Amino acid sequence: MATRGRLRKLHQFHGGLRLAEHKAESTAAPLLPARVPSHLILPVQQHIGQPAEVLVRPGDRVLKGQPIARPQGYVSAPVHASSSGTVVEVGRRPVPHPSGLNDLCVVIETDGREQWRWREPPTEDYTDLDPAQLRERIREAGIVGLGGAGFPSFIKMNPGPRHRIDLLVLNGAECEPYISCDDMLMRDRPGEIVAGLQILRHAVQARECVIAVEDNKPEALAALEAAVREMNDPAVQVVAVPTRYPTGGEKQLIKVLTGREVPSQGLPSDIGVLCHNVGTAAAVQRAVTDSEPLVSRVVTVTGAGVAEPRNLEVLLGTPIADLVEQCGGYTPAAHRLLMGGPMMGFALPSDELPVVKTSNCILVASREEMPPPEPPMACIRCSECVQVCPANLLPQQLYWYAHAKDFDKIQDYHLFDCIECGCCAFVCPSHIPLVQYYRFAKTEIWTQERERRHADLARQRHEFRLERLEREKREREARLREKRKAVKETARDQGAKKAAVEAALERAKAKKAARSGEAREPAAAEPGDAARTDHDD
Amino acid sequence: MEFHTYSSPHLPVPGRVSLVMRRVLYALVPGALAYVGFFGWGVVFNLLLCVGVGLAAEAAMVSVRGRPVAPALADGSALVTAALLGLALPPLAPWYIPVVAILFAIVIAKQLYGGLGNNPFNPAMVGYVVVLISFPQPLSLWVAPLGAGGHHLSLAQTAQVVLGGHFPQGMSWDALSAATPLDAVKIGRGLNKTMEEIRRSPVFGDYGGIGWEWVNLGYLIGGLWLLRLRVIRWQIPAGLLGSLFAIALVFFLFDPDSFPSPVFHLFSGATMLGAFFIATDPVSASTTNRGRLIYGAGIGLLVYVIRTWGGYPEGMAFAVLLMNMAAPTIDYYTRPPVFGESGD
Repeated sequence: MATRGRLRKLHQFHGGLRLAEHKAESTAAPLLPARVPSHLILPVQQHIGQPAEVLVRPGDRVLKGQPIARPQGYVSAPVHASSSGTVVEVGRRPVPHPSGLNDLCVVIETDGREQWRWREPPTEDYTDLDPAQLRERIREAGIVGLGGAGFPSFIKMNPGPRHRIDLLVLNGAECEPYISCDDMLMRDRPGEIVAGLQILRHAVQARECVIAVEDNKPEALAALEAAVREMNDPAVQVVAVPTRYPTGGEKQLIKVLTGREVPSQGLPSDIGVLCHNVGTAAAVQRAVTDSEPLVSRVVTVTGAGVAEPRNLEVLLGTPIADLVEQCGGYTPAAHRLLMGGPMMGFALPSDELPVVKTSNCILVASREEMPPPEPPMACIRCSECVQVCPANLLPQQLYWYAHAKDFDKIQDYHLFDCIECGCCAFVCPSHIPLVQYYRFAKTEIWTQERERRHADLARQRHEFRLERLEREKREREARLREKRKAVKETARDQGAKKAAVEAALERAKAKKAARSGEAREPAAAEPGDAARTDHDD
Repeated sequence: MEFHTYSSPHLPVPGRVSLVMRRVLYALVPGALAYVGFFGWGVVFNLLLCVGVGLAAEAAMVSVRGRPVAPALADGSALVTAALLGLALPPLAPWYIPVVAILFAIVIAKQLYGGLGNNPFNPAMVGYVVVLISFPQPLSLWVAPLGAGGHHLSLAQTAQVVLGGHFPQGMSWDALSAATPLDAVKIGRGLNKTMEEIRRSPVFGDYGGIGWEWVNLGYLIGGLWLLRLRVIRWQIPAGLLGSLFAIALVFFLFDPDSFPSPVFHLFSGATMLGAFFIATDPVSASTTNRGRLIYGAGIGLLVYVIRTWGGYPEGMAFAVLLMNMAAPTIDYYTRPPVFGESGD
């Protein structure tokens, strides 16, 4: 214990909260695999970026690990069948997303045989693969950030030629109350995480590695330390960071570990840091060593609304109702269903929805734990929100401008640096749903920007069209003038044979000029077409 | 199974505006008790009139504006405004003084600007300044504190004076009133007396005025309790008291014969009430940490300037209102750098 955090001076980020942890409820029972459900519901978009393109049709038989949707574009990730069975439906269904909208899903009726598709033999030594090959493996495995954001991991591993990665951070802070999936994974499979870390480090050629865990998880810290000792690599350090919400925020954690701040609107790679969730590292290990795509994850099922809170290794696509059933079912107190934690998670309307790649926690809260919000009162500008904001924003000003729909001013106050951690709303004595106001303002600004872009394109197209019409008119008139002149000249000198020959030559010339004028026409239409193409993008 | 959906964060919010206001009221108790103890029942009448009329005005205005009345009264903000105003006015002031002041504070300074959270000026201080300017004579008459030649009128006698303007047999304003220490300093300095001579007046105590030093001490204790509970933050009181002390010290060291000591300034008049309860009104104050220091310091300086060279013996109300005006600008220029802007 004494050596933990050695050599590393820790720093503090502004604000944050100490919250009641509620993690012990779900860490008492061991981590077990959840059973294979009768149906798997797999949305094609479980990540940030473009949705994947479905590769299967109803009636197709699929094997475990078989891709059922392939990435479209660069920022995208494939989806794999998480068990063997038959595709019974490809259609729009409710998915776990804050918007509450439907999205395209593949529904598989499982056969219970868990039959894997052919896999490449295990890779003995990942150093045989170069960074590009590793990235490709990770991309094909459909791995996205399992901490909650769901950004395709292979992209983060490609910081571009401008950036060098000095520090690779594995984020095991898990700062939100109730959630313990990373904790259990670290306790149960520290070897997988450390092996994943080595692969990631090889892929980005990082100089130094840190696994950061909040100091309220001593078992996880001990397990990781043992695994790192076994590896005997002085460049890897396990660091206990103080428990404080939101230490698990990427930028906050980097500040704690390095004292440096990721630039506003920038990326960690801008300061030579790369950050991955511990669960992501374990998934990378499985993908690279065992050629196993991302088909399952650890999910915490907890809250006073669940009879036996615990963590389960869950096949992606498993309906939430199935998981709750395996945790002893609902208690009579079950009142609110959340995906994620109590600070940043979103409420789900129904338990028919599936677990996806980013689902770290299913939280069934009682009314006492999470009572319905109280009616908001006027902001008294007490600035408690300023004291706790980990992004150093002025939340009361953001609220003021969001309320007034002053979207220029609100951007002056750095709305887009808000990480929606909810600290401000938690301390607001007026019970104002501040985060909701910020989300509203962000969405409005995005909508306005999109509309403005469309309007700009439309105007541009219109201007091109007017210009083209004008030019065509001018050219037509010029041709007409030429022709008239030629006809007149011919009439003046009818008798002279020589003149007639000349006139013929003249005509031929005019014709040629007219033809070349026409030939230019299609080219003139091009800018407009180009604009249309942009517009479709 | 179906569930209700709400927006994050989902945890119950522990704070409450009404709790904040209630704590401010509790914190006023020590100072208010000392005030009543030294200056008599007149204080209680001021408080009762302000609270009664204030709550009625708040209810009437809120209902005229078509808002629910019960939550507006329950938030406690009108009660705090009324209490501050009641404690700011001179005891034994005729009944219409607190009535006019609190009506102006609630109806115009608060509700016509949009109610709680929208008033650019501290309502209690607006009410106070309105009567200070409109009724200069009654506002300049302060009863002498107990222990400095003051008599205590009974409750019934006080009622007669406040409500009817009738003084008990053998008493008059002359017998009951005395210059406040700040008054004495102002007048004495006007007559080119030295501080030594001024301090011979019986209203002066050990380091402030008799009674006043205890009243200020009471508010200081209540204020420190609010700081401990984090109902208020340290920047405004520290800025205010610090700047007042500093500028008073400079002049005191420069010429101790003409300028009272910095400690006298801290424990006279409305210094502590202003530093911990009035300037800290979050709605009309600056909201950034740096801004609050500047805002507090500005009030401290203005208080000194008005007390020393201005037309009034006490300047807290004017200083607060002037800095209220500056608060949005201060906030604008003291925005903290956001995460990732300050560099490493």
